[in-house]
Amino acid sequence: MADSKPKLQVSAIKNGTVIDHIPAKHLFKVISILNLEHIKTQITFGTNLESKKLGYKAIIKLSKVFFKDEDINKIALIAPHAKLNIIKDFNVTVKRQVEVPDQIKGIAKCGNPNCITNNDNVNTIFYVIPKDNEKVVLKCHYCEKITDPEDMEVF
Amino acid sequence: MKNKSLISINDYSKDQILKTLDLAEDFEENPKQRLLEGKVIATLFFEPSTRTRLSFESAINRLGGEIIGFSSQDSTSVKKGESLKDTIKTVSNYCDLIVIRHPLEGSARYASEVASVPVINAGDGTNQHPTQTMLDLYSIRKTQNTLENLNIFLVGDLKYGRTVHSLLMAMSHFNTTYNFVSPEELRIPEEYKMFLKEHKLQYKEHIDFTDIISEADIIYMTRIQRERFSDPMEYEKTKNSYMLRRDMLKGVKDNLKILHPLPRINEINEDVDESKQSYYFTQALNGVYTRMAIMSSILGVK
Repeated sequence: MADSKPKLQVSAIKNGTVIDHIPAKHLFKVISILNLEHIKTQITFGTNLESKKLGYKAIIKLSKVFFKDEDINKIALIAPHAKLNIIKDFNVTVKRQVEVPDQIKGIAKCGNPNCITNNDNVNTIFYVIPKDNEKVVLKCHYCEKITDPEDMEVF
Repeated sequence: MKNKSLISINDYSKDQILKTLDLAEDFEENPKQRLLEGKVIATLFFEPSTRTRLSFESAINRLGGEIIGFSSQDSTSVKKGESLKDTIKTVSNYCDLIVIRHPLEGSARYASEVASVPVINAGDGTNQHPTQTMLDLYSIRKTQNTLENLNIFLVGDLKYGRTVHSLLMAMSHFNTTYNFVSPEELRIPEEYKMFLKEHKLQYKEHIDFTDIISEADIIYMTRIQRERFSDPMEYEKTKNSYMLRRDMLKGVKDNLKILHPLPRINEINEDVDESKQSYYFTQALNGVYTRMAIMSSILGVK
């Protein structure tokens, strides 16, 4: 009987957060935006999983970790279709999509090498501006130049 | 606008722009007003810009203010590795207003956030130069008696020219029609076209403007720089096709005026200087009045 049930590609967690539908190529950026290297609890992830929507997707399962909305929403810039499942006792208690924030502070580098933020010790601030077909671009609060989240470097 | 920094022309509403222009007009009629007596203004030029610095300093002198500052960073502690933040925080202690020119984009916005006194941006890299825009608006209004419903030709380097970008944004308050004339490599960037579409303003792009020059109310010429071209031969071919000569001005509108932020190289032939359409030297004089207006309203004396 157990054989007929499709196996999960990344094993389930008891309590915590599952982030699904991350574009595979951005998995490591998501890891650094969320600062996962500093988390001490169990984290499992899978990448290059086949996905109808994304081609290849990645998934992260974090045991005993729950994010604040403002933190998790930062990944919407590069993973706009990411889905969040909050797991309590193996059950999904909350399901939601990430939302693109209006402003992001201190996570991305400005793409303009001549920007003050790349030359002095200044925290970056970007305004998120909608572009066509659900895409967004980032406008630097300081130099007013545009950075595309696809090319953005994360601190 | 008391105590409010001026970093980008978008920091001012339409109403604030018009108020500043009215004030500048007042200074033009009556330039001897010693409103800044007892005030100290720091002009911090981290890169040389003689024209802009002299214009500011002339405006400060006419208003009776005192000037401290430097005209290049060679002789300052910046050379010793001091951060912009530390320089600005220190200078804030010595003055009532800071005027800053800096080669890095965003430096003026950052300076306004760390300074304890208001800051005026006198050019931050390729980003903004709002007092230039204000004097351009002043010159347009003065020569046309209005800013509304004008047909403006912006000619030359529309890709990198910051004066063009700021003027385009500022004129969007006034139902302007825009004609962009530039070589293929220096076309107006997509984001500005998006901006105009959002504001439902008319614009057209052209490679050549000899046939349509008769529609213009204002021709705003800019310099095409050699270093903007990947191919130097392309530059040599291009530079002369964006040159304005006097014989092109036959059949133009009566009210047409030609503006240029200066310095010019060869994009306006000297034979245009004596034509009734040339306005670029008076435009530079208008910079003194508009800077007097901006500084006195920020310092709350007007």
